[in-house]
Amino acid sequence: MPWVLPLVCMVVGGLAHADRPSVPDTLQQRIAACTTCHGAHGEGSPGSGFFPRLAGKPAGYLALQIQNFQRGLRKYAPMEYTVRQLSPEYIREIAEYFAAQQVPYERPPVPDLAPSFLRRGQQLVTTGDPALKVPPCQACHGKALTGTEPSVPGLVGLPYDYISSQLGSWRTGTRASAAPDCMATIANRLTPADITAVAAWLASHDVPADTHPQPAGSITPPLSCGVLGGQGGGT
Amino acid sequence: MKRLLWVPVVLIVMALAAWWWQSHRSNTASAAAEDPAIAAMLKDSSTIAKGRYLATAGDCTSCHTAQSGQLYAGGRLLPTPFGNIPASNITPDPDTGLGHWRFDDFWRALHTGVGRDGELLYPAFSYTSFTKITREDAIAIFAYLKSLPSIHEETKPLGLRFPYNVRAGLAAWRALYFKPGVYQADPAHPESWNRGAYLVEGLGHCNECHAPRGAWGGVEKGAQLSGGRIPGMDWYAPDLSTQAHGGLQGWSKQDVVDLLKTGQSSKGVAFGPMADVVANSTQYLSDEDLQAIADYLQSLPARPEPIAEKTSFDSKPLVDQGNSIYVQRCASCHGNDGQGVPGVYPPLDGNSSVLEPTGINATRAVLLGGFAPVTSGNPRPYSMPPYAQQLSDAEVAAVVTFIRRSWSNHAPAVQERDVIKYRHTPMD
Repeated sequence: MPWVLPLVCMVVGGLAHADRPSVPDTLQQRIAACTTCHGAHGEGSPGSGFFPRLAGKPAGYLALQIQNFQRGLRKYAPMEYTVRQLSPEYIREIAEYFAAQQVPYERPPVPDLAPSFLRRGQQLVTTGDPALKVPPCQACHGKALTGTEPSVPGLVGLPYDYISSQLGSWRTGTRASAAPDCMATIANRLTPADITAVAAWLASHDVPADTHPQPAGSITPPLSCGVLGGQGGGT
Repeated sequence: MKRLLWVPVVLIVMALAAWWWQSHRSNTASAAAEDPAIAAMLKDSSTIAKGRYLATAGDCTSCHTAQSGQLYAGGRLLPTPFGNIPASNITPDPDTGLGHWRFDDFWRALHTGVGRDGELLYPAFSYTSFTKITREDAIAIFAYLKSLPSIHEETKPLGLRFPYNVRAGLAAWRALYFKPGVYQADPAHPESWNRGAYLVEGLGHCNECHAPRGAWGGVEKGAQLSGGRIPGMDWYAPDLSTQAHGGLQGWSKQDVVDLLKTGQSSKGVAFGPMADVVANSTQYLSDEDLQAIADYLQSLPARPEPIAEKTSFDSKPLVDQGNSIYVQRCASCHGNDGQGVPGVYPPLDGNSSVLEPTGINATRAVLLGGFAPVTSGNPRPYSMPPYAQQLSDAEVAAVVTFIRRSWSNHAPAVQERDVIKYRHTPMD
């Protein structure tokens, strides 16, 4: 009965490890350090009001952000520590995991602001402010604000605190991108009240039915952007 | 007023040291050409390859390469309790690197801690360990550095406060803490043990973190590899003895080899600064060298039994609270018995990072979580969630105290006020 021995081994092995937690060999299990804040499927932590959604963002954008934390271009100690030793291959795998997730959006909490703030926010997102030389967000982040492949993130479904703190980080140099850093330029042209307005409008904006990023090559950036390979000629 | 009495004393000692140093300083670098025999070796491809291996074993890059900077072009600031010390550019750039250096200049820096212009070097450059490196190995390392692409990168200015920025004061420091001398093999031990001792005490400069330091920042005599707080970093580098009461008590040779090669062993995982050491350096060492290091560490003596703390602090309520947090948050990976999952999650029972005397490591591991090092033996490591965002200081103190005092663990409690100190430690 040659099949008995493996069976006995299985039973004994099972007993020996009865107390041991069973650990699935999945990427989701391996990246518990990521999912504890960003959600098992990258849905974010809407209740926390800060940790951004990762699901469905372009994989190239997500991988670049992890590398920017490694290079010190983005400053946030918990992220810097978590990703400091990840290899390019592992980063790519993790980025693709989150990019492929399709989970419903939850509406994050938004502070109670006067309607004039929201009108100003909508103006900045859809038409920009030529007087401040601020282009509309839609010009790069997509008509539906769902991002553009391969490296422009969507802006829908993000918490108010996260968006406003990112714009602030660009002004203080704790978030940066490849030069010329067009987002740093834009963030510095906005007033603090504009940052509140645009973050509040984006956080309260309805998520469109189709949340996929726009295809690559579908935008003409109004400013020169290093992260887009330097395309776009404006100032 | 009485507290200020040390000021004139220190100034007098420094003045005397400065006078002594000025009168004794050997003259500055000569511009003479390299010795022809050495010059030939510096061009030899097998010497360069050997030097590359040795530079990796010495983890030169961990200080001499800045975050996102060019390899070996310097620029990193090393935090010390006395201020920041910039790591220098060691590429062959003539203006900002080692371009004009001859081997003798390099040897003098490595072996005696004196710079090319005769200046005393700060021991953040670990010449206290590197002095043990053989001349032959130093030639290989120099040959490798000379073979690198030249990068023009000025070394940043020194960030030390007075009086530490007066280099002459180092003469006194050296008299206390520095004994120059190449490693001398101990004939009573086999070759592998001697190789391990050479790598651990010399090139690998393990004592720079894994030993306690006195008030003046030097490693105390006789305290080698007995563990210590890492200056300026808020981590504890554990004692490395594998014998009774040692920090690695119960570690087999294979456990030591596994940790250095893959980043994890059946006894624990490398994290914090040691994760960087494994990822940048030890994972690339040959199996013979890893075995040699393990041989040497296995021979470190047993340590005295720690004296039980006398404290009026009752840790029982903390342990009870920590127990329920452990069941909710930790047990699903580390197990109810703290045994972990082999090859995946480290055991907490008997874990050197849990038991180290200060509690810093366990506290910061709970706050920060993180991945095991990415190595070719473990390319897609598992990770631990950071709990800084989920647990209060009091809860972290409770669960860390529970872990430190459960199963076979008997380490002192960690209190809420200890956790506050480490919650916002910045990354370098």
